Amino acid sequence: MSAHDQTVGLDTGLKKDQAGATAETARRAEVRGNVLLTAPALIVLFCCASGPLLIMLVYSFLTAGDYGGIIWGLSGDGWSNVFMQRDIFDDTLSIADAHISIFWRSLKLSVLTTVVALIFGFPTAYFIATRPLKTRNLWLFLITIPFWTNLLIRTFAIVEVIRNQGVINTALLSFGLIDEPYQILFTDFAIMVGMTYVYLPLMVLPIYASMEKFDFRLVEAGYDLYATKMKVLRRIILPLAKPGIVAGSILVFIPSLGAYVTPRLLGGGKNMMLGNLIELQFGQGRNWPLGAALSFTLLLIVMAALIIYVRGVGKSDGQHG
Amino acid sequence: MAKAKAIGAAAARQHGSVGDVAAVTAANVTKTFGSGDDGVVALDDVSVSIRQNEFFTLLGPSGCGKTTLLRLIAGFELPTQGDILLEGEPIGHLPPYQRPVNTVFQSYALFPHMTVSENIGFGLQMLGKPQAEVASEVERMLALVRMEALAKRRVDQLSGGQQQRVALARALAPHPKVLLLDEPLSALDLKLRKEMQIELKHLQGETGITFIFVTHDQEEALTMSDRVAVMDNGKILQVGPPREIYDHPADRFVANFIGETNFLTAELTSLSKSGGRVKLPSGKTVAVTLADGEFSEGQVTVVIRPEHARLTKAKSKTTLTGVLRNIVYIGTDTHYHLRLPGDTPFIVRTQNQRDTQESYQQGDELGIEISANAVQVLRD
Ligand SMILES: Nc1ncnc2c1ncn2[C@@H]1O[C@H](COP(=O)(O)OP(=O)(O)OP(=O)(O)O)[C@@H](O)[C@H]1O
Ligand SMILES: [Mg+2]
Repeated sequence: MSAHDQTVGLDTGLKKDQAGATAETARRAEVRGNVLLTAPALIVLFCCASGPLLIMLVYSFLTAGDYGGIIWGLSGDGWSNVFMQRDIFDDTLSIADAHISIFWRSLKLSVLTTVVALIFGFPTAYFIATRPLKTRNLWLFLITIPFWTNLLIRTFAIVEVIRNQGVINTALLSFGLIDEPYQILFTDFAIMVGMTYVYLPLMVLPIYASMEKFDFRLVEAGYDLYATKMKVLRRIILPLAKPGIVAGSILVFIPSLGAYVTPRLLGGGKNMMLGNLIELQFGQGRNWPLGAALSFTLLLIVMAALIIYVRGVGKSDGQHG
Repeated sequence: MAKAKAIGAAAARQHGSVGDVAAVTAANVTKTFGSGDDGVVALDDVSVSIRQNEFFTLLGPSGCGKTTLLRLIAGFELPTQGDILLEGEPIGHLPPYQRPVNTVFQSYALFPHMTVSENIGFGLQMLGKPQAEVASEVERMLALVRMEALAKRRVDQLSGGQQQRVALARALAPHPKVLLLDEPLSALDLKLRKEMQIELKHLQGETGITFIFVTHDQEEALTMSDRVAVMDNGKILQVGPPREIYDHPADRFVANFIGETNFLTAELTSLSKSGGRVKLPSGKTVAVTLADGEFSEGQVTVVIRPEHARLTKAKSKTTLTGVLRNIVYIGTDTHYHLRLPGDTPFIVRTQNQRDTQESYQQGDELGIEISANAVQVLRD
């Protein structure tokens, strides 16, 4: 009996070794396969993202042409003009207040947009994740409806609602609640509302994805252990939804920082954001090197913000254990 | 509500001595899920009292309402009718976080983003206990469930048995008045399960906390409990110590659900205060015990446990006789399947011993002797 057992044991041991070896080769083949599968994406990324970026980097160090474009000659003006400006009369350098305020507005509005989108997006995602399976897809479908129409059209619709002769002001005026139109259009507030509206689904979807896997029995366990609703939210739900919150915040913050259409239409010419400033350099400004340098500054800000954010999130993660 | 409270208080007083109020009382609790035609009655007018420091088990088949009763006590569900009392006080209206009752969930429901220690300390923290007290209590609990070495582990790096221990420690740490356990052992393999059964029983004795334990495993219920409530279809059919439930089942369902049983139709010929006599189909008369309830003379169903019967070759004087159809050897025991006259099946179980060399053959006509006090008359 025991001898028989041993042979069986040896046998399976041998098989395990063989199985291990084949598993290793299989794994390598799979990795190779995965690399091949990602190749098309990598090629597209290189041609459409890295290539143009490289060109921009080169342009930012060249001289601006008089009628746009560039002249092949090394110059630091593109970069120095990002934060400084040269006086047209005496050639002295001073801080470019206009640019600084645009940077500041972009940063401020992007952070605000992210926060507001989170405040509205989290309950929405939670709501959808707690619906019965059957109706969940319907809610998700509704969330994606704004994506069906062009951004420009949607933004014009917002203009129509908030402008001085728009729906809101007309209604308020006709009810006699205000005497003259309330200026909403062409304010920072309008930009923020517009961007929140546009990017809200990008906040909702990742949070929903992380909440969908959430085991709601943990909430009951929390209540059972004397945690009130607020404590359950703070100590159990939020920590476990964090991956979704982080992803959603990044997905909203980045496009907000470089937004172009929304600030253009809702902020008007005065309330510019970075995207508009960059566009200006390639258009009427005829200063391509400055535009290229601004683009790179934007890129650097995004990277710095991401690093700080992810580091901060990681740290608080470590504290919770 | 007032009526429910009065009934509950009465029920709470019913068991135990004066001043010894029941730990938990369900007073005429009905729970219906949904409404109208597709409403499910999960609990149907259930009344039960669970004593202080008791290991009380709810036993019943799947869907009989065990979990629902536990969730009503924990506060995750509100009763449709009736009330739940904790030490005589109605708590039916309190949210779970205001009830001094903790649960060990079937799925354990450990917080995956916390370590073992953080899980165990969570309840105390939520109660606002000072940090030092939480830490020392967590230490004590870790020692109690022998998990000191793994205190800093994340719970998703634990084995099933270890997770089970953490869930237990987490629920015990805040010193609840009552601990609810919903099939806590069902995810464990047989060996670990047996170990944990002993450990749980030991913990209950050590902590002196009232345990309400849910299982659909009759053996588990019998080995661990001070008292068992057998449930079916939203009702509690019988409450009593394991021995009483096993030896004196109240009705056909209980008799069938717990262990193997022989059912016979007999005639109740005389009734006395403590029992009576029945005439079996063989014509012999035997003394019987009666289930709770009203009985009158006439036809009744009786049960005889297979191990309370014995085979013999001398068949002239025995209570019953039958033809041996089948012999099933199961290690410790042997089961003899017989047919009584009238084709009624009857099983006799004998413990195997080295020296007994009884050899019965299929087709033998044998006598069946019944032990004293082994015939129980069922409620209809
Ligand atoms: N939330 C609910 N909604 C609708 N019906 C429910 C709900 N919870 C339980 N039920 C029903 O109530 C009845 C009792 O369920 P319960 O979970 O209490 O059974 P159980 O005895 O714990 O069974 P098991 O041994 O399978 O866990 C079942 O018929 C079940 O379908
Ligand atoms: Mg259950």
